[in-house]
Amino acid sequence: MSAIPDQPARDKFQLSQLIYDTRYRSLTIQIFAFILLAIALFWLGRNTVINLAALGKDFDFGFLGQRAGYDINQSLIPYSSASSHGRAALVGILNTMLVAALGCTLALVVGTIAGVLRLSNNWLVAKIMTVYVETFRNVPVLLWIIAFFAILNESTPSPRDFGENGDASLLFGSIAITNRGVYIPRPTPLDGASWAVWVLVAIVVVSIAAIIVYRGYARRQQQSTGRILPVFRVSLALFFVPAVIAFFLLGMPLSLDYPELGGFNFQGGIMMRNSLIALWLALSLYTGAFIAEIVRGGILSVSKGQTEAAFALGLRPSRTMNLVILPQALRVIIPPLISQFLNLTKNSSLAIAVGYMDVRSTLGGITINQTGRELEGMLLLGLFYLVLSLIISAGMNFYNSSIKLKER
Amino acid sequence: MKTSVFLGVLAASGLTAGIASAQSETLQEVQDRGTLNCGVSTGLTGFSSPNSNGEWEGFDVAVCRAVAGAVLGDPQAVEFVPTTGQTRFTALSSGEIDILARNTTWTFSRDNDLKFEFTGVNYYDGQGFIIPKDLGVSSAKELDGATVCIQTGTTTELNLADYFRSNNMEYEPVPIETNAEAQQQYLAGACDVYTTDASGLAATRATFEDPSAHVILPEIISKEPLGPLVRHGDNEWGDIVRWTLNALIAAEEYGVTSANVQDMASATGDNPEVNRLLGTEGDLGAMIGLDADWAVQAILAGGNYGEIFERNIGETTPVGLARGLNAQWTDGGLLYAPPFR
Repeated sequence: MSAIPDQPARDKFQLSQLIYDTRYRSLTIQIFAFILLAIALFWLGRNTVINLAALGKDFDFGFLGQRAGYDINQSLIPYSSASSHGRAALVGILNTMLVAALGCTLALVVGTIAGVLRLSNNWLVAKIMTVYVETFRNVPVLLWIIAFFAILNESTPSPRDFGENGDASLLFGSIAITNRGVYIPRPTPLDGASWAVWVLVAIVVVSIAAIIVYRGYARRQQQSTGRILPVFRVSLALFFVPAVIAFFLLGMPLSLDYPELGGFNFQGGIMMRNSLIALWLALSLYTGAFIAEIVRGGILSVSKGQTEAAFALGLRPSRTMNLVILPQALRVIIPPLISQFLNLTKNSSLAIAVGYMDVRSTLGGITINQTGRELEGMLLLGLFYLVLSLIISAGMNFYNSSIKLKER
Repeated sequence: MKTSVFLGVLAASGLTAGIASAQSETLQEVQDRGTLNCGVSTGLTGFSSPNSNGEWEGFDVAVCRAVAGAVLGDPQAVEFVPTTGQTRFTALSSGEIDILARNTTWTFSRDNDLKFEFTGVNYYDGQGFIIPKDLGVSSAKELDGATVCIQTGTTTELNLADYFRSNNMEYEPVPIETNAEAQQQYLAGACDVYTTDASGLAATRATFEDPSAHVILPEIISKEPLGPLVRHGDNEWGDIVRWTLNALIAAEEYGVTSANVQDMASATGDNPEVNRLLGTEGDLGAMIGLDADWAVQAILAGGNYGEIFERNIGETTPVGLARGLNAQWTDGGLLYAPPFR
């Protein structure tokens, strides 16, 4: 039995058409679904409000201005226990961004190398890379973080072993690897020589500009005459030679502040905490394994004919990879790469497992615990990760659109 | 679209199921459920830790068992929920647990801002430091520049910051989630000092391979009254927990033990206070909505306060804590149960 009349009246709209007429049905379903969704959201919100009221709690972000009262071991901006919870959150945010930036960089390098090497004709190298990829991506990242941290903690000497009675000594006489962190010498300007340091910085900036100009010149030369200029060696020389000459001409204005054992710990130098190193390495190697597969997939997506054509033109294998394969593979590689960067950034919230004070540990951990503002804290935390992820993907999408196939 | 609606409804119903319990009468709910949900630590020898058979035991666990005895008549009817310093308060305010017995310090803001009801003090504690003997440190004042392991999300974290600040000393905090992790880091030498409540330090030291190689520094830098707590909003339930704890303390004062409690409760005795406590006289049980023998059941669960103390953390145990402040007021301590009348 059909509900549609044999002779549909053109000017008369029947209610049943909302269900049985395909012109209206999708609209009906959408409106119905929207109403259900709105009810669900309203229910969720109302429930929260009622239950907060039942617990006698209000919704207030005023706690961000209150004195935090706790200390944070690693902060990129000045912070003390007298600072506010808001500043503690900012310290955490910067720490999250630090480990995310370090992690994304190393993961990209490791992943690209491993992905290319997995396709190597060298049997041993290819198999080693296969083992790396499979072990790292098939074990949860939390276990890797804890494993790296345990290795760093248990296998390295404690600072007191560097003392007179201990058996540990500095690496190269200047780097202290301890179970609390790695201390490296810190370059510091000599007294009254800070102007010379600025001169050095200026020279380095000029060198970099010169490298960019030279690269453009080399490319134009190659396109117009076919002559290939050495780029890599010249760039290296441009970068280092002027800076080194200037360094000695200016009378060596920089000295190194070496770590020295004083009291309980090493003093001086730059300290990289084991928590940061463990988190950084674990996140990078874990995500690097995924990136390796993405890179391998991208390279394999370029047809073999391209390689053969490049070889036929007389290009060496390294140039074939750099000039023919990778530019085409990038179009396939970039979009999934964005997700991997986002994953790494979000996975950095596992930092609390090794006591790294990221935003999850400060705002989402201690602050929530001391103030009892779970809802507010978690909302802020969610908002931060959302914004950071959107910024990363916006940047990567911009890069993606700049390298994608230009269709004219 | 449809899937997301479905998921939304699922999430919403899940949330309401979780939160709705916070509004109802806790006692009724516990009795209907047949078990008491009790939040404890993830493992602190002597206070709350699973034994070799997987049964939870310890000083804090005993409070849960006593409440379960008073409310359900069965000290074994307890569901233990291990919580960390960070998860404990959320677990309690969301209704996941009915009572939190996890060496938690009673503070003004936790009582009023976090909306909890502390039902008394079962251990008077203070924050101390433990340090390897071979470092040659004899006072907390010598800790300038030290790396300090600390459980995150605790009052000790704030005390530590205040102590070093007021003494003009530097330190490097190493935040750690649980006592077990802190112990591992401390023994590995990743931190010079470990700080937490002095009782916790003693309990931790008891599990070391060579406890004598570590000293607990003499300074106690804070007051840490530890006690069980419940949510705001259900005063009757708070009263039950409070008076169960008081019953254990009073039982010790009046010489009621797990061995003689059934004899004493079988007939009306000479001491009217004991009679009222054990329900042979008056109807105190009915006043808090429990059976007349509620206190008998609570004491049967693990003995009186003194028995619980001696069995779990007393001087004969590896933890080896002296009664100190936690002696009865008649012995110069701070334990003072209000009258049962």
